[in-house]
Amino acid sequence: MNHLPLLAVAEPAEKSLLTLAPVDLVIIVLYFAFCLGIGFYLKRYATTGEDFFMAGRKMTAWIAGLSFISANLSSLETMGWSAMAYQYGMLGAHAYLIGAIPAILFLAVVMMPFYYICKTHSVPGYLKLRYGEGPRALAGISFTFMTVMVSGASMFAMAKILHLLLGWDMNISIWVSSITVAIYVAAGGLLSAVFNEVLQFFLIWLGSLLIPILGIIHAGGWHKMMASVQKNAAIIHPTVQNADFTSLWRNLGSFDTNPMGIDWFGMVFGLGLAVSFGYWCTDFLQVQRVMVAKSLRSAQNGTVIGAVLKMLVPLIVTIPGLLGLAVLLNGDGSVMVLVPESDPRANITHHTFNDVLPLLMGQYLGPGLLGLGVTAMIAGFMSGMAGNVTAFSTVWTYDVYRPLLNKNADDHHYLTMGRWCSVLGVIISIGTAYALFYFSNILEFLQVLVFFFIVPLFGTVILGMLWKRATPAAGFWGFFCASSFSIAMWIFVHTFPAGYMPPPKITLGENAVVTLERLGTAENITRVVVESGTVSLLNARAAGAGSDLIAESQTVKSAPLDLAATYANQKVPVLAPSVVLADNKTPFKFGVEGVPVVLKPGVQIAATVVSRKFVPAVFNPDHVKLVARSAKAKPMAVNMYSAWWSFVVCISVTVLVSLFTRPKPEAELKNLVMGLTEIPDEGPSPWYDSPKLWAVVVAVALVAVNIMFW
Amino acid sequence: MEPKKQIPIWFFIGILLAVYGVLIFASGIYYGWISPPIHKVVFADKHVDVWWGLLLVLIGGFYVLRFRPGKTVGQ
Repeated sequence: MNHLPLLAVAEPAEKSLLTLAPVDLVIIVLYFAFCLGIGFYLKRYATTGEDFFMAGRKMTAWIAGLSFISANLSSLETMGWSAMAYQYGMLGAHAYLIGAIPAILFLAVVMMPFYYICKTHSVPGYLKLRYGEGPRALAGISFTFMTVMVSGASMFAMAKILHLLLGWDMNISIWVSSITVAIYVAAGGLLSAVFNEVLQFFLIWLGSLLIPILGIIHAGGWHKMMASVQKNAAIIHPTVQNADFTSLWRNLGSFDTNPMGIDWFGMVFGLGLAVSFGYWCTDFLQVQRVMVAKSLRSAQNGTVIGAVLKMLVPLIVTIPGLLGLAVLLNGDGSVMVLVPESDPRANITHHTFNDVLPLLMGQYLGPGLLGLGVTAMIAGFMSGMAGNVTAFSTVWTYDVYRPLLNKNADDHHYLTMGRWCSVLGVIISIGTAYALFYFSNILEFLQVLVFFFIVPLFGTVILGMLWKRATPAAGFWGFFCASSFSIAMWIFVHTFPAGYMPPPKITLGENAVVTLERLGTAENITRVVVESGTVSLLNARAAGAGSDLIAESQTVKSAPLDLAATYANQKVPVLAPSVVLADNKTPFKFGVEGVPVVLKPGVQIAATVVSRKFVPAVFNPDHVKLVARSAKAKPMAVNMYSAWWSFVVCISVTVLVSLFTRPKPEAELKNLVMGLTEIPDEGPSPWYDSPKLWAVVVAVALVAVNIMFW
Repeated sequence: MEPKKQIPIWFFIGILLAVYGVLIFASGIYYGWISPPIHKVVFADKHVDVWWGLLLVLIGGFYVLRFRPGKTVGQ
């Protein structure tokens, strides 16, 4: 039998990874005080609705650009995409290249003039002007729902890292950070959020940049790091042993040669078109940051600046993920294996994909720098959350509350509503934080939401901007059908008509007394004997051919009971988060796979047999094959293809319905549709102020980077 | 009454970075030479914190001087 020792440590289960020095705490406390101080300072400048919701429309290109990227650079981004790079290798960098830059440049050059000239307060507001009340209400309600969900995801990420790193209570982390955001956003509105986002941008970069620098030196340089990535990936990700983890495009010729189980079509049209354009061109959280610039040219240049900064983010996100594959080792020098959140060993014997960045911080950052690194994480969280809260309060006030509930109030009333909405948005999003445990990776959660609502929104908006024949009815039905189709697809890939049985698992209860038989090294456990206590069995069975699943809770009678160590060619995991060793009575925790387990008489068995038809955390390969063109597609690949189909449905339905319904008269489409919108002359400007020029430069740089890491 | 002219965001950034730089520089000196911790991080002997603290002080100082209140510059 091939025994696989996973991890055996004799430490208290709740011990945190790091201990902060006093200087680290000072740095963190200073940051919170500074954020609140800025909020209170700016409160005097947010006296009208325009100030509060649109920051007075007076931001320069640099501030707009930095805020545009900082609002996106949340903890979800840094932790989640580091986890993605750990899981999918270099493919994770696509989120910052083809998955962002073309869309951001398109926003700058093509879409921004429409948003800016029609002076709308929000993207749903544009839909109202272009199509009418129906699409606006649909988009406004779905967007407010989505923002609080994403905000909850951000909170979860934050609380988890603080718990992992510092042992801080997750509830306290959530509430302290959330209340800080609520106060400074409620005080200064978007102005306060933008100020803090620019500040956070610097902290995130200066707090995170040392990790890739030191990590690459530690790995022996770029080429040695990539060689280690490829070598260790085969051990860390055994199900995709032959996949190439080090390329951007070379490995996308077929579904089998890359760790994501995707091909170039899914990457280009799923990520590069549907997800990316949906997120960057129509997610109001992002668009709001540049819509508030002081002029159209500033808005466009700010967006292009955002594209440049976005292209640099892989330095602090993708490289740490790759470093996780290359340099993270266990105490005995073996390669450290991180697992998905859904893995039964997660957070018991193994760290998870999402822990890759914190683990690297612990490895490289000493006192002071660690405080700055943790502050960078907190800043990332706060910026993401503030972005969601300000977008939520704007869309709720202008696109749900004012048109549907109270049309004729004065500006002061809407300002007050915006302030209270900021607080309310925080409170609602707190309630959503724990839903994340259903997903194997934080970003997948965000991705699911993106293709539910944002992709259909993009299809509706872009047809409205480029095609004057698109009708109000088509706008509503295109958006509605594509959103519904997205949700239906998500349900479909998680449905198991014949029932899904989770793999068997044996968990030893707290303080169960065990005897461990070992071979050679102390960690090489070959047999587990449970002397007393409780054992939980999930879909487990007794040893011996043809034995049935153990379905009833019982006490082991006179003879010892041997449990099956393997079933259907699958090694059964045995998890012991907190047990006592029989020989020396010391507390211990361990996890092993495929090791015989013997239950002595008197041991209590709590048995469960589970079979479900709908499992949100697991994909049905038969259904995945229909959506993502390969049964091997990983969750991210499924999401990209789902986004593509959602986009196709949106465009098809909108065009089809437009052909049979009445369009708006051209007079009503002025300044809303291409061909009916005159771009205002903003006067002469030097050549280096031209957004189109810089957009071309960035596009060339994008191509160069893709060729370099082909 | 017209509110007073806003202090540029860059000034706030400068202050925070400069303060952080001083704190990290000082802790680098303290933990590097005066009272080294038992569990050292990778490259502890390179005293990265001292250099990084200095860098933050330089960046922060530049922004504080360039955008201090009263000096006429755009945001």
